[in-house]
Amino acid sequence: MIPEVGHFALILALGVTLVQGTLPLVGAARGIPEWTAIAVPAARAQLLFVVIAYGCLTYAFITNDFSVAYVAQNSNTAQPLVYQISGVWGAHEGSLLLWALFLAVWTVAVTVFSRVLPVTYTARVVAVLGLVSVGFYLFMLATSNPFDRLLPAPAEGRELNPLLQDPGLAIHPPMLYLGYVGLSVPFAFAIAALLDGRLDAAWVRWTRPWTVIAWVFLTLGIALGSWWAYYELGWGGWWFWDPVENASFMPWLVATALIHSLAVTEKRGAFKAWTVLLSIFAFSMSLLGTFLVRSGVLVSVHAFATDPARGLFILIFLGLVVGGSLMLYAWRAGTVSGGGSFELFSRETLLLVNNVLLVGAAAAILIGTLYPLFLDALNLGKISVGPPYFDPVFILLMLPLMLAMGVGILARWRKDRLEAYWQRFPLPKHLLAVVMLALLLVTALVMLWLMVHIVKIAPPAPTTLMVTVGMAMVAWITFTSLVAILDRLKKKANPWKAVLGLPRGFFGMTFAHVGVAVFTVGVTLTTAYSVEKDLRMSPGDVFPLADYSFRFEGVGPAQGPNYRAQRGTVRVFRDDSEVTVLYPEKRFYSSQPNNAMTEAAINAGLTRDLYVSLGEPIPGTADWSVRLYHKPFVQWIWLGCVFMGIGGILAATDRRYRMASKVKRDSAAATTGPAPALESKA
Amino acid sequence: MTPTRKKRLILASLIVGGVTLSVAFMLMALQENLNHFYSPTQVVAGEPPDGRPFRLGGLVEDGSISREDDGLTVHFVVTDTAEKVPVIFTGILPDLFREGQGVIAQGKLEQGTVFRADEVLAKHDENYMPPEVADAISTAQGTGVPMTHPGAGI
Repeated sequence: MIPEVGHFALILALGVTLVQGTLPLVGAARGIPEWTAIAVPAARAQLLFVVIAYGCLTYAFITNDFSVAYVAQNSNTAQPLVYQISGVWGAHEGSLLLWALFLAVWTVAVTVFSRVLPVTYTARVVAVLGLVSVGFYLFMLATSNPFDRLLPAPAEGRELNPLLQDPGLAIHPPMLYLGYVGLSVPFAFAIAALLDGRLDAAWVRWTRPWTVIAWVFLTLGIALGSWWAYYELGWGGWWFWDPVENASFMPWLVATALIHSLAVTEKRGAFKAWTVLLSIFAFSMSLLGTFLVRSGVLVSVHAFATDPARGLFILIFLGLVVGGSLMLYAWRAGTVSGGGSFELFSRETLLLVNNVLLVGAAAAILIGTLYPLFLDALNLGKISVGPPYFDPVFILLMLPLMLAMGVGILARWRKDRLEAYWQRFPLPKHLLAVVMLALLLVTALVMLWLMVHIVKIAPPAPTTLMVTVGMAMVAWITFTSLVAILDRLKKKANPWKAVLGLPRGFFGMTFAHVGVAVFTVGVTLTTAYSVEKDLRMSPGDVFPLADYSFRFEGVGPAQGPNYRAQRGTVRVFRDDSEVTVLYPEKRFYSSQPNNAMTEAAINAGLTRDLYVSLGEPIPGTADWSVRLYHKPFVQWIWLGCVFMGIGGILAATDRRYRMASKVKRDSAAATTGPAPALESKA
Repeated sequence: MTPTRKKRLILASLIVGGVTLSVAFMLMALQENLNHFYSPTQVVAGEPPDGRPFRLGGLVEDGSISREDDGLTVHFVVTDTAEKVPVIFTGILPDLFREGQGVIAQGKLEQGTVFRADEVLAKHDENYMPPEVADAISTAQGTGVPMTHPGAGI
């Protein structure tokens, strides 16, 4: 009964979103206030219905209702409650429902916070979001209904893939989806602006915190996924350039570009059309990511061709959204373009460089991800594109980006001069010149090396060069970030008091940029100095790795809530004192008793991780094959992402956005008509 | 030419130049670093170019797994049911590596006969068959119908 209620609620949600997606658009175009007024209540009704549907599915999971096919495939009675709840989004159908739920939540959030915007404008935004929702409800009801019954009901369900039974992965998809779906808000604003034919500073100021929040969720979601892969997959890597990873990374890159171009559009009124285009791209990348991961096209192009219903639906949906919005863009972009002019050496130019490089990186990853699919679809052979392509191309694009970052945060809007620029550094000029020259030289060398490496003329250069360059970039970003703070305090009577007075957005930017530096430290040092050893160990064997020694004590049985395990004991010493005891496991989940799952044991630290995983028992002995790792600074990779996330939250909660809303609300109360376009400040 | 136009020209040519250069490098890198897949039948027929790494895929033949005394070096045979290629791998194998399982190995041919793998991949699902392997087997058996298991992917 309950699943039918859920199913019915889904159908009702579809009906409501059809209204939400159409009537307000017509109402806004024709000037029928009754029709535009439907947008807000429709969005709230949609949220109500989708919450009911989601609640029903969760209820089915908790009560082990295996007559629901989706529950039977992804849960069983032995599964801990937490994973029964997170099992709801553990597979295809439920994760779509989660998408729809988040979209409804964001839509209602927009209606709540947008009271300051002109009514027709809000109506258009809500309607565009409604149209996206329609796509998702249709998709669910037509091809992937989570409430489909399985009769007769099995007595016990299949378990959620044991790999996914992990706290990190339980919250990874919701974070990622909040990010994906969050990008639909700037998209809807962009479409509404195109329809409206007007794009003013108020629009941009209003979109910025939403975009940043979506970006924060994406950042943390991707970081969580990477962290999960690191400790769960048992081979110590943190990024594999897997198509599924790329699918989430491409929207992140475009969203990062969007955040920066929004800054230009808000402050200077420039890049308007480009910002609109980026908003469309960012959301298209989110949809493309969903398509790649969910359609089965990655598993096999031919599997997609033999069971095309789902993939075809997403492909058509993607085509409609991307094609439709690009056509609208081509038709209307002229009405929103124009804006502030700027000189060659200015912050605008550097942010343009930022945008070109970030979008270029996204394009490079897109090519590397789709190229094998094209070749396979055309029967031109089976290839895979991996780290040998992605690593150098990505690094080649990121090095100039990091250089530009340091230059950009000190550069002035509109027009800057080199002499004035250097005076912002609190260093004697000649010393500064030496530092800069060294930085440039090293970067040039690395670029040269990478090029040589790509075309394979020379053997790989020593890692010291890579480390030098990586750390030079870290120093450059940190140094310029500090100088930027000092620069802002220069003319203040009391610098210590003035620090507190700096806008929160500025701190957010600094935090995020320093996050990039922290991240780079982690990547550089881990890549260059990790040591790994696979070896056979007998109980009592000691093996030295880096400045630690690992003593293998043997393996014994252990029991978990829904698995049994072989648990190893490895004592780690440094200078004859015990640092830690590690317990790597081979787990056998009761649902799949013949499949071993490697559970690595990790002792994490700020400067190094110690990582042990079990291989296999050597028959006839008490020996095991064991994998030992010493990974310096690897936690800095995720620490850097946390910094970026904090930076994003600080920036999104800057007072100025709230002040702007308040001022606008007052003026909107005074004049009920559409708000006048704000003049951009010079 | 007015100063504004000149500036725009410089800016535009910088962007166009940068984009062209990056695209060129991207394509070059892509061309250089493609990783081709070959089935045992293709390997026996001598299709893979000499000395270049590639991916070999197929089923681990029943009864073919043997270990050296170091506990780490493993010998096994990969087959597409028509032809066989012996493989040597030193290191820790993935959890789902076993006889009859579809695997993909990354490495090079040694002396034209033995495949030395640097990496062996097997997915975390006992029913999963790598699509390349499924295609290779169906081609070898001449059925022409790819046997695939859609719906993996997490």
